Order: sequence, then structure tokens, then C-alpha cells
Amino acid sequence: MKWEVVIGLEVHTQLTTKSKIFSAASTAFGAAPNTQTAVVDIALPGALPVMNRGAVERAIQFGLAIGAKVNRKSIFARKNYFYPDLPKGYQISQFELPVVEGGAITIQVQPAKGDPYEKVINLTRAHLEEDAGKSVHEDFHGASGIDLNRAGTPLLEIVSEPEMRSAAEAVAYAKALYSLVTWIGICDGNMQEGSFRCDVNVSVRPEGQAEFGTRREIKNLNSFKFIEQAIKYEVQWQIDEIESGRKIQQATILFDPDSGETRMMRSKEDAHDYRYFPDPDLPPLVISEEWIERVQRELPELPVAMQARFAEQYGLSAYDARTLTASKELAAFFEATVAAGADAKLAANWIMGDISATLNREEKTIADSPVNAEALAGLIKRISDNTINNKTAKDVLKKMWESGDAADVIIERDGLKQESDTGAIEAIVDAVLAANPKAIEEYRSGKEKALNALVGQVMKGSGGKANPGMALELLKKKVG
Amino acid sequence: MNTLKQQIDALAAGQTTSVALVSECLKQIAAHNSQLNALITVDADKALAAAAAADAARAAGDTRPMLGVPLIHKDIFCHEGWKTSCGSKMLDNFIAPYSSQVAENCDAAGFVVVARANMDEFAMGSANENSYYGAVKNPWDQKAVPGGSSGGSAAAVAAGFAAVATGTDTGGSIRQPAAFCGITGIKPTYGIVSRFGMVAYASSLDQGGPMAHTAEDCALMLNVMAGFDERDSTSLEHAKEDYTRDLATPLAGLKIGLPREYFAEGLDTEVAAAIKAAVEQYKALGATIVDISLPNTKLAIPSYYVIAPAEASSNLSRFDGVRYGHRTGKTGNLDDMYEQTRAEGFGTEVKRRIMTGAYVLSHGYYDAYYIKAQKVRRLIANDFQAAFEQCDVIMGPVTPTTAWHIGEKNADPIAVYLEDIYTLGVNLAGLPGMSVPVGFASNGHPIGLQIIGNYFSEAKMLGVAHQYQQVTDWHSKSPAL
Repeated sequence: MKWEVVIGLEVHTQLTTKSKIFSAASTAFGAAPNTQTAVVDIALPGALPVMNRGAVERAIQFGLAIGAKVNRKSIFARKNYFYPDLPKGYQISQFELPVVEGGAITIQVQPAKGDPYEKVINLTRAHLEEDAGKSVHEDFHGASGIDLNRAGTPLLEIVSEPEMRSAAEAVAYAKALYSLVTWIGICDGNMQEGSFRCDVNVSVRPEGQAEFGTRREIKNLNSFKFIEQAIKYEVQWQIDEIESGRKIQQATILFDPDSGETRMMRSKEDAHDYRYFPDPDLPPLVISEEWIERVQRELPELPVAMQARFAEQYGLSAYDARTLTASKELAAFFEATVAAGADAKLAANWIMGDISATLNREEKTIADSPVNAEALAGLIKRISDNTINNKTAKDVLKKMWESGDAADVIIERDGLKQESDTGAIEAIVDAVLAANPKAIEEYRSGKEKALNALVGQVMKGSGGKANPGMALELLKKKVG
Repeated sequence: MNTLKQQIDALAAGQTTSVALVSECLKQIAAHNSQLNALITVDADKALAAAAAADAARAAGDTRPMLGVPLIHKDIFCHEGWKTSCGSKMLDNFIAPYSSQVAENCDAAGFVVVARANMDEFAMGSANENSYYGAVKNPWDQKAVPGGSSGGSAAAVAAGFAAVATGTDTGGSIRQPAAFCGITGIKPTYGIVSRFGMVAYASSLDQGGPMAHTAEDCALMLNVMAGFDERDSTSLEHAKEDYTRDLATPLAGLKIGLPREYFAEGLDTEVAAAIKAAVEQYKALGATIVDISLPNTKLAIPSYYVIAPAEASSNLSRFDGVRYGHRTGKTGNLDDMYEQTRAEGFGTEVKRRIMTGAYVLSHGYYDAYYIKAQKVRRLIANDFQAAFEQCDVIMGPVTPTTAWHIGEKNADPIAVYLEDIYTLGVNLAGLPGMSVPVGFASNGHPIGLQIIGNYFSEAKMLGVAHQYQQVTDWHSKSPAL
């Protein structure tokens, strides 16, 4: 039987507010345990939550960025359960009326086999909620420690429709979402610190069947690689179960990156009754039309719009435009390079090529690039005006990367200026021709490419400085 | 009898000192609290030191009127450095590390806290028999209950432990003990007094307020307690008012609504007679009487006993033994720790309400109970609004009977719930309500008149009560201790 995979994601994005969602305590990561806790965060008797408008603003930004409906009125609810890192015994979240409803994201999918394609994924909702603290099980000799620094950190939980049909689509969706929330700056995207965590709902059904299969939810995946691995394992597991005549039971499961397997955390029977009800400590969240309009005005240009503009304004291919808008920083670097006088196509090639490759190799981001946009433009200008050739430029970039010197300084100091003096090149050409009578013969008998090998020799003879175009021209003239 | 106003005037005139007032309170406490059990914490050293400091400040030119006046806080308001037990074993070891807005406001006004009042555990009760620290006795009859949950505050004021005390009222917890103990108390409009730092029972109903001998004292005290607080999201951004402004306003033309349902079956005849006599007094003061109806009065009880336990079940989840408060000494896994801690830390009534609340919120019951109760709540609020189109204030009894005997209703919690019939609607609607002493039953137990006003009409209500107290002396009677 052929099986169809059905996947939906619930993504918890940590919002970039300085203070917590319901208290003035700092959200900074890595402080000593329990030092960033206000009375609300440790749930002292009598403590009351006060809404952080910055968190609401970020939710509005997200809603507008995905073309969703930003609800003018939404409700905070209490999700009741006991856990040591949940100080109040309930999490303040949104249940029946979330701040954002609907919206969609376009994803670029690179399947395991076949051509890349685009797909639109619809979103169900996004709602504001507070994070829990952390249980620390090491160093307490049989007991557990509780760190409430993270308790009350604002989260936007983004829920997709179950519209993904493969691990590749799920990863593409997660990446697109990641790119968007970091682009608009509502999330710092630090996945190691838990700023972007995914719960993945997976089910399978026979191809052509309309109703969904029973789903299992993989909790708390914090890397794209794990999302892919976990889904692939889970899908195969579910298919094997069904094909062995067993039924899938609804369950919450965990993925173990070490074994690459998923295992059950709790079954549906053990599922909590969260006893949701509207939080009487918080009035309904009312968002004015003016607030929405202001956020709309201040929203940065979004990736899709920027891609269209790049193609139009700079004459870039769709692929180049998409690659350069993978992050806001990369796009800004490109535009700054062009603004500093570089040719747009050359700038795109160099940023997507040598710059990106070197950054990847050194595990740096574009923000940490030792060669900044102006410096890169300085190099590209020298290619455009034929001062250096492409090959020399690669060497110059390497030196710029290491020394921090400007391209012109390096070209001058190391005497790398392209040799365009006909007399000087002519002498080298003559020498090369004299040493390669066979190649001349081949060329004359119609093998045009025979001379290309000679260009290389001329270049070598000039120490790489000869203008290759001029060398070829001279060779042709002398032979022909 | 010493009222807050008298103390303020005497201090201002230099006729007394804070040390003298506080010493008098401590003397009265030492003489009678062991019988009445109205207080959980008394800190004589701290109070006398604060009194001495207040006297020094006054001598140095500090003119704050309440500077050095003795005060008793209900043990529900967090006050930095004070044990804040909320009447529960769960918080028996809890020293508040921060202060409630109410405690801060009282500190800023210059009050000297002499003690913390006993109360029903987590403010759940109408007799003050549900305290981990034992039942409070009614100063008028020590075999009788003082009412609850602010029974300690009411008994303390009646017994002269201080002229004023703070209280809280979720379903009548200021008004009913005030009625049972023969004092005056007001529960303001919901959102007037900040709930920040006030241990939550039922968040959408809880409201702090003053308890004192006179309406004038309540007005002076409400001036201190009330005010917008950005730390409480349900606090109302309402301009600061002077609640004494209408004290002298004559009552000619005042329209008093008497709800039929408050005088129906179940009302004790002696209570009914005292209320009628008070109404006659108001007529003599120039008021006119309007017959009104609050048709959903009976529904207030089931509605309240769904909503309040629902909120309580969630509010009290934080008492889990993890971070502060009681933790079981028994070993076991995490669930054992939770279960034992809460089994040991909470009393019977608290457990009953937590279980009721968890039940009405659980999957499959939520709509039938919680949502239904919220709809009823809306109907009750609408009833009051319709009534206020016909009258300026509503009057009636606070309770169907006077104080019952300690232990009398222990076997029947529902019977106790039914006693709240006249007070619950006010909380469900978020309205201000007060209790004014209007006489005694033949057994010597005080009787309270309830005055209910529309939103933000505290100043008017206090004036209505004050005018009555100008021509009667029920409020100035003291129990023989």
C-alpha cells in the first residue's frame, strides 16, 4: 500500500522583549539560577500578572507579516497542571480567542528526489503565552533543582494547518517560519537556547483516503536536522505498526537524537485535563486599529517583496534573489555592497560564492564577516574596471579576509595589478608561441580551444597579472 | 469608644501620642485576645518602635493625619517582614518578602500595624471557623461566631484592639462579619482597591476594604486604601476621590430601593424588624422608599459557588510545597509530595472548594457549570442596573439571621452557603456594598443593614450611612468583655 504522510507543526518562538510577558524581570539568557525572577515569576501569594505590550506588538507584527487576522480582542486563559517548573500551577496562554488567526507562508521545498517546488502552507493561529522554568537534575544528589529565570518568558506559539506531506516540507516550513520571525525581529532565532522549538504532529493514511490517520505529537525539537530525522523515523514506525496489523494510539512522544528514535512520553489516556478558563487576573487583550496601523507602517520589507524588488531593480535571477534574502542581514549586506558602488550581479556572485563559502567554513554569520560590504565593493570595482582579473580577485579577497586591508592596498602592495601593457604581454606571448608549435598547428586546423591552454601559459608567465582577454586576442592575432 | 477620627484629631491636637494609642491597643489585646482569638500575629515590640518613630516624626513636623494611628491588617495582605498566613497551615511559615499595595498605602499614610487578624483559611468561610489558628469568637457572645472570612478583623475592631482594620470581601466577607460584630464595613466597587499582594481566593470577586466603627472612619480609611495600581490589571483607572465628600450631604429626596427578594422567606423576624426600623429612620431623614425587584437573587448562590471555587482551584495551585510554605515531611515521588503537602496544608473547606472548582472546570462540565454561572452572573448584574434606574441606593439585610453558635453548622456546609444569599450578588455584579449596625436581636447579637450602591457610589453610600449614624448610636455600642 502507498502511504501519505500528514504533518502539522506547533512552533514556540521566544519573543525578543527585554522583560517577561507578565513581569518586569529580565529575559536575558544564562544568568545565575533564580536571579531573574519577580514576585509574579515565582508565584508568590498575591502576585499579579501585567501584560507586556512589547510582546503583543510582536504578535501583531507576526500576524501582519503572514497576512493573518489580528484579533481586536483576544482572551488569556489559564492552562492548569502541576509541575515543579510551573510556579503558579497554571500557564497563562490563549485558548479560545488567540491574538492571531489564519495567514499563510510560502515555502521552498527541496525534496529528496525531484525538482524543488513552492507550496503555500496555511496557518491556523498564533497565540501569546508564557514559558515555564527549568528543572535541573544534575548536581543535586537525588533531588531536582528548579530555575525560574525562564518562567514567564514570552512565547508566540504558531500553529500550522496539517498541510505538510513530507519531512522535506516540514523542514522547509520550519525554515521559512524561522527566516520570517528572525527577519521581522520578533525572535532572536537562537535554537540552542530554545528560542525556536517545534512540536510536530505526524500521522499517515493510505493514499487517497480523505480522513486523517491517528496522530502522534513529537515534542520539543530544536533543530531542523532533528525535525527531519524524527519525522522520518516516526513515519516509518507508524507505517510498520499499521502494516503489522496494529493501530496507532494518539500519544505524545519524544525524539532521542542519540538513538535517532522516538519514544512515548504519555498516551492519550494519561493526557491532562487542563481545565482551561479565562484568566480573571487579565482583562481581554484589546488591540486598537491605530496600533495595528502603526505596526503595519513600521513593518520592514518582507522577504517575498524584497525578492521581487531584487529581481526587478538589480536584474537578478529568481534563485539569486531568494538566496540573498535568506536573512535580513544577508540582504542588507548585498544592498550595502551595491550602494558602495559594486556591480549588482558581481556582488550577488561574490556574496553567494566566496563570501558565503568562507563564512560557512569558519562558522561565522554575515554580521561577523571580516570583509564588510564597503570593502567587498572596493574589490568588485577593481574587477569591473579590469584592474585585476577574477582569479587574482580571489587571492585578494583571501588577503583582505586575513589582514583586514582594503583591496586597493593589497593590489598596490603586492603588485597584483593586471598587466594591460601590450608590449610586455607581447613578449610573453611570443615566448609561449615559440615553445608550443603543436598548439598553433591544432588551432590552425580548426581547434579553437587549443589557444585557451596557451592563455593559461601566458598568465603563468606574467605571474597571473596579464589581462587574460588581451592575451587571447594577441595570441589569435599572432597565429592567425 | 475610640474612633479613627477621634484618634486622628487627638494626635493632631497633641492630646495623645502614638505610643499611648498603641499601648492601649496592646493592653486590650493582652486582656482579651486569648479568649477571642481574633489575631494571628501580634508584634508589640515592632508596633511600639513604630509608634515611637511616628511620634518623633510628628514632633519633627510630619503632618500626615494617620501618622501613628494603630491598624490591624487581615492576614491576607502581604506585608514585608510580616507572617502572612491567610489562616492556613500552608502559609504558617511564610514571611512575606514584599508588600501588597494596600499595606504600602497604609504604611505611606503613617499607620502603625499592631497585629494581623485571624480569618477563614484563604478567605473561605462565613463564620471564621475554618482557620488553622482556630475559631474566632464573637465579642458580643463568645459562644457565637464573628462571621467570616474577615471575622478576626471584625472581632478585633469590636473588641477595641484597634479602631480600624483591613478586610477583604469575596462573597460578603467584610459585610457579614461587620454585621455579626456590630461594626461598619464597606466592600468597594471591584477594581477600586488594588489586589496586588492580596492573597487571591476568587480573583474576579475579591476586593479589599475597611472595617471600623463608623461610616466616617470607613471613608477616611478608604481614602488610604483605594487608588489605581498598574500592578493589578483589574485595577480601575479611576480618578482619586475623597470618600468623605458626601458625609454631610442631607438625605432629603434620597430614593431607597427595597428588593422584595431580600425580605422573603428565610429572613429572621428580629432581623427583619431591625431593618424595617432603620428604613423608618431613613424616611424620617427625608428618604423615600421604592419597592424594587432583584429577580435572580436566588441564583446568586449556585452561581457564586461555581465561579468562586473554579477560580480558587486554580489560584491555590501555587501552594505546592515547591518554593515556599508547607511541604510534607514524608518522602515519595513528585506526585506523593504534591498530594501529601496539599492534604496536610489545606483544611476541609479549602479542599472542598478546590475539588468543586476543579470539577466545574473539567472537560465536559465546563459549559454546564462555569459558562452557565457566568451567564447568570450577567443576569444578576443586569438586575441591579435595572433597579438603579428606580432608586439611588438599595437597602436590605446583610444576613438572614444573626450570628449562629460556634460549631452549630459544621455538619452542613450548604446551610452556611445559604446564609450568603444577600451578599453574593454584590460581588458577582462588582458593586459596592456596606454593612451598618442597626440594632440587636433578643439574644444580644448585632444586626447589620446592607446598603448597596451603583458603581463608584462609595462616597454617596458612606454619606447615607453617616447621616444615619448621626441620629442613632448602634455603632457606638461596645461589647462587655
